Amino acid sequence: MLDADFFRRWMTAAAASVEREAERLTALDSPIGDADHGSNLRRGFAAVVAVLEKDAPDTPGAVLVLAGRQLISTVGGASGPLYGTLLRRTGKALGDAAEVSEGQLADALRAGVDAVMTLGGAAPGDKTMIDALVPAVDALGESFAAARSAAEEGALATTPLQARKGRASYLGERSIGHQDPGATSAALLIAALAGTAGHPEAADA
Amino acid sequence: MPDEKLVGIVLVSHSAAVAASVAELAKGLAGAGADVPVAPAGGTEDGGLGTSAELISAAAASVDRGAGVAVLTDLGSAVLTVKALLAEGDELPRNTRLVDAPFVEGAVAAVVTASTGADLAAVAAAASEAYAYRKE
Repeated sequence: MLDADFFRRWMTAAAASVEREAERLTALDSPIGDADHGSNLRRGFAAVVAVLEKDAPDTPGAVLVLAGRQLISTVGGASGPLYGTLLRRTGKALGDAAEVSEGQLADALRAGVDAVMTLGGAAPGDKTMIDALVPAVDALGESFAAARSAAEEGALATTPLQARKGRASYLGERSIGHQDPGATSAALLIAALAGTAGHPEAADA
Repeated sequence: MPDEKLVGIVLVSHSAAVAASVAELAKGLAGAGADVPVAPAGGTEDGGLGTSAELISAAAASVDRGAGVAVLTDLGSAVLTVKALLAEGDELPRNTRLVDAPFVEGAVAAVVTASTGADLAAVAAAASEAYAYRKE
């Protein structure tokens, strides 16, 4: 079973990963975006870690709702409301339980991904974070490791796609040949989840 | 029309200068004496280009007179942030609505319509109808 501490460690691991990869995310965002994805997410997840330490929510759902709300408040780009909605809706789907099963997390995360698709209007194949998140959620029923692989493959598979949502869509065919920064950061978030599940004590490192 | 409450208007742009200028333009074109509460919410809190949930929430609270708040946005994160705040439930005044409208033309239509004492539905409809104004 997964408790509030597991979800706090997931967010801490995600913040560390975004911090490590911020320059790469911004570099990916330079040719087809506005070159702020790494810095925006770094600011957002640092704020998430700070507020989780301060408020110390005591259920898995409350951790994710607070984290999502914080992302919406602090990111300043489209990834804020999108990731914020993902975490907040996932947290709401987890309800008030003190511990949740992996199956419950998989179901809740699917509700979160559905909410992101509704908010942004993106579908699989549009060259967005959805291209990493949907395969990850599909594979989560199998294992955390499978979800990580599926998300990473999904992110890589955005390279030949033409963007149909977001700023990159204005570039038309010129968006082809670039890996999508949003799908890349989504894969980092799922990898942080798998890392937290795989290393129960050491995930903060 | 005594004691009528006017609909408030919030203008959300990636740029603080654009939001403030469109607010000034819309109020100017609405004419003297129009007392519509209009608030810009442009850029990020540190003055950069982007969207700030805090500035949007503060702007909406500042124009809420009890008749509802119409929010107009430019694009991208401005649209998504307002939608995410509306989904939250308690971040924006009750009866706040994201209006599907062109930013500049919609803002003028919204402020002029609100100045007549029209309700939120009428203000939103007038702003959306600005899409139908063709230029050739």
